[in-house]
Amino acid sequence: MARDVPLPPDDELVERLRGGDEAAFGLVLDRWSPSMLRLARSFVSTNATAEEVVQDAWLAVIQGIARFEGRASLKTWVFRILVNTAKARGTKESRALPFSSLLPEDEWPAVDPSRFQRAGDPHPGHWNPGQQPQPWMLPETAALNTEVRAVLVEALTALPDRHRIVVTLRDVEGYSSDEVCDMLNISPGNQRVILHRARAAVRTRLESYFTSAAAQHQDAP
Amino acid sequence: MTCFELAELVTAYLDGALDERSETLLVVHLDGCPACRTLLDQHRQTIRLLGPAAPTAASTTTLAPAYREALLTAFRDAPR
Repeated sequence: MARDVPLPPDDELVERLRGGDEAAFGLVLDRWSPSMLRLARSFVSTNATAEEVVQDAWLAVIQGIARFEGRASLKTWVFRILVNTAKARGTKESRALPFSSLLPEDEWPAVDPSRFQRAGDPHPGHWNPGQQPQPWMLPETAALNTEVRAVLVEALTALPDRHRIVVTLRDVEGYSSDEVCDMLNISPGNQRVILHRARAAVRTRLESYFTSAAAQHQDAP
Repeated sequence: MTCFELAELVTAYLDGALDERSETLLVVHLDGCPACRTLLDQHRQTIRLLGPAAPTAASTTTLAPAYREALLTAFRDAPR
């Protein structure tokens, strides 16, 4: 809805927020709350708790905006407050998500190992004939395609929480590796392992969608 | 470098986080392997499709009106 209108640049936005400009506050509130709700939901157990987390985070933003130093972007600062609020709430719910170490769920191969030749085959570790990835028939408007969107949402929902959090911050929200490591207090190496696993899972889901879409296209008269 | 090994290094490669030797081996492999070029391309497409327009727009998650009103009030009443 309001997504199409670009937000004013950070310095202007911050000045207006500090000056009590309610329209400016409404703008960022409406623009960022949906992402914040989805992200918070990965840290806590219910939608209702996620709403409380987002509200608490915004209250902290209102109280803290005078102290915002502009070292990160305003959005990064707001999301860092959200992540901290959500983490604290998750811990209280005994639902703390460990980011400091890797878990077994982080270490599966990115591509099903059965698609590669085994020891003893002519080219061990290389793609099996017939198992290579095929180029996707990606329509120009794929980003807007409702079906593709549904596949993406489903793929993200199916991810383990930590994986969904990392890939959402990196690829959906567009934060850099450094920003995500800072927000989650995770090492760059572990962040990359989790991101790779998450992207690989989404790619695999898209691959099976595009493969079946291409097969249907071929079957059509 | 095998295709299996390359498949594990795609994200590190895209982040520019590989050491020089691994990056060279990966680039040389890609040069001779269309299937791995397709895999890399699919990772790039996945990232692009995940980008802001896609899943966000599909979701109807919004802040409940009562919360929104409470926050606007809190903003109005904040000391400054």
